[in-house]
Amino acid sequence: MANVLINAPGTARKGETIELKALIQHPMETGFRPGADGRLLPRNIITQFTATWNDIEIFRMKMSPAVAANPYVSFFAVASESGTVRLRWTGDRDFSAEGSVTVTVT
Amino acid sequence: MSRGTPARRRTLFGLTVAAALAPSIARAQGAARVVVVGGGFGGATCARALKKLQPALGVTLVEAGKAYTACPFSNEVIAGLRDLKQQEFGYGAIARDGVAIAPMAATAVDPAAKTVTLGDGAKLSYDRLVIAPGIDLDWKALPGYDEKAAEKMPHAWKAGAQTLLLRRQLEAMEDGGVVAISTPAAPYRCPPAPYERASQIAWYLRTKKPRSKVLLLDSKDSFPQQRLFQAAWARLYPEMIEWVPLSQGGNVTSVDPATRTFNTDFDKHTADVANVIPPQKAAAIAHSAGVADRTGWCPVEPIAFESILQPGVHVLGDAALMGAMPKAAFSANAQAKVCAAAIVDLLAGHKPAEPRLISACYTLAAPDWGFSIVGVYRPEEGQLLEVPGAGGTSPVDGDSALRAQEAHYAEACFQTLTGEIFG
Repeated sequence: MANVLINAPGTARKGETIELKALIQHPMETGFRPGADGRLLPRNIITQFTATWNDIEIFRMKMSPAVAANPYVSFFAVASESGTVRLRWTGDRDFSAEGSVTVTVT
Repeated sequence: MSRGTPARRRTLFGLTVAAALAPSIARAQGAARVVVVGGGFGGATCARALKKLQPALGVTLVEAGKAYTACPFSNEVIAGLRDLKQQEFGYGAIARDGVAIAPMAATAVDPAAKTVTLGDGAKLSYDRLVIAPGIDLDWKALPGYDEKAAEKMPHAWKAGAQTLLLRRQLEAMEDGGVVAISTPAAPYRCPPAPYERASQIAWYLRTKKPRSKVLLLDSKDSFPQQRLFQAAWARLYPEMIEWVPLSQGGNVTSVDPATRTFNTDFDKHTADVANVIPPQKAAAIAHSAGVADRTGWCPVEPIAFESILQPGVHVLGDAALMGAMPKAAFSANAQAKVCAAAIVDLLAGHKPAEPRLISACYTLAAPDWGFSIVGVYRPEEGQLLEVPGAGGTSPVDGDSALRAQEAHYAEACFQTLTGEIFG
């Protein structure tokens, strides 16, 4: 399982814009790089990152081989109701990782 | 009046050129003036080397400090293994070699008029200027960290009072405390030094306060001589040093000096002793001279280290962008000797030879545990690149006898370097 770091404020006022940050450990191997034996290392990247708030998608990002290893993503959302923000990464070789954080909206 | 014949014009032209060149030729053979700003490893080496290579040159070293306080080995001062006095070097021997010392700060440079303004308002004219001012800490780069914060969370990245402050804080800390160190993104002065510092502090803690920890908050995912350091830590200080790399949330985004807290993107770490190694840039005089670019550092060509931005001005050492060459004392010393020879050539109207440079860096993970890295560099594609296969590092599986020997070499290297420059 990949190592995931998530940061979101635990509480927010209704209507407040909050920042969500996420970092995942992943090599993001481009597929263009030769290995020690001179052959190209097969591509192994995260292709998509999504965030849902109470199961409603609020953010989606496609990733390409140009994205660096251990991608760090920061984005903003409007806090409309208390609930769970679920982050999901998927990619090559059936890669899948998930993490979640709860935000209490007052 | 009348038009001269082509032959007449040629003669006149020839005479004009000869007349214009004559003074500079005369100066090149004797009385040319070189001003060197900054009396550290780069500047002091360069001033002395210029005078040795060409005794008739007028060489002035502009340096406000009465003595230079060297950074290499200053981590040992923090660990209580060494006295700060052992890091201090005066300029007496350099002056006796015929270098004029201007004991004040350079406040401005006018590259068009070729003058340097000194702290007392006097102006020095030069034919060639060498700027080797070292680094300034960038007080605006890390939110919460400014000069006042450095009294609570020392940087100790310029040897001197800050080195002693960090040492006193360690001495005052209770056993069981946490010493946190944060690192900047590259480039910064002496790439392996944060990791050497973590090692030296761990040595002190193991000896005096064995229940304590070192927390290394790193803005990078890898670091120089990493395998050698990590092997040393596992053997000498098991469980004592916790390294948090970038990909595990180690990047510090702000600090709070009131509580000695480091904020990362994902966490907060409060320390008993907090050492912030902040982002850096070329020292202020490089910016006022117009030789620094938007990176905060000074781009130079790789043969005489003449500024890309200001002809006639050479930049050396930590302030310059030297391609693959690290910002280190040994590097500055090597660059300074190359630069001095190139300046003598340029003043004589010769093309400087293409240089080869060596940088060696010794690290002490404990008083009897040293290792080293050596690189060889040459100009290529407009910058200094490492010659593949020419350098090397200590073997990762070396035994304790080898490490003790390398610790001895480290001390010898420092004595040789400072002896050559200041002795």
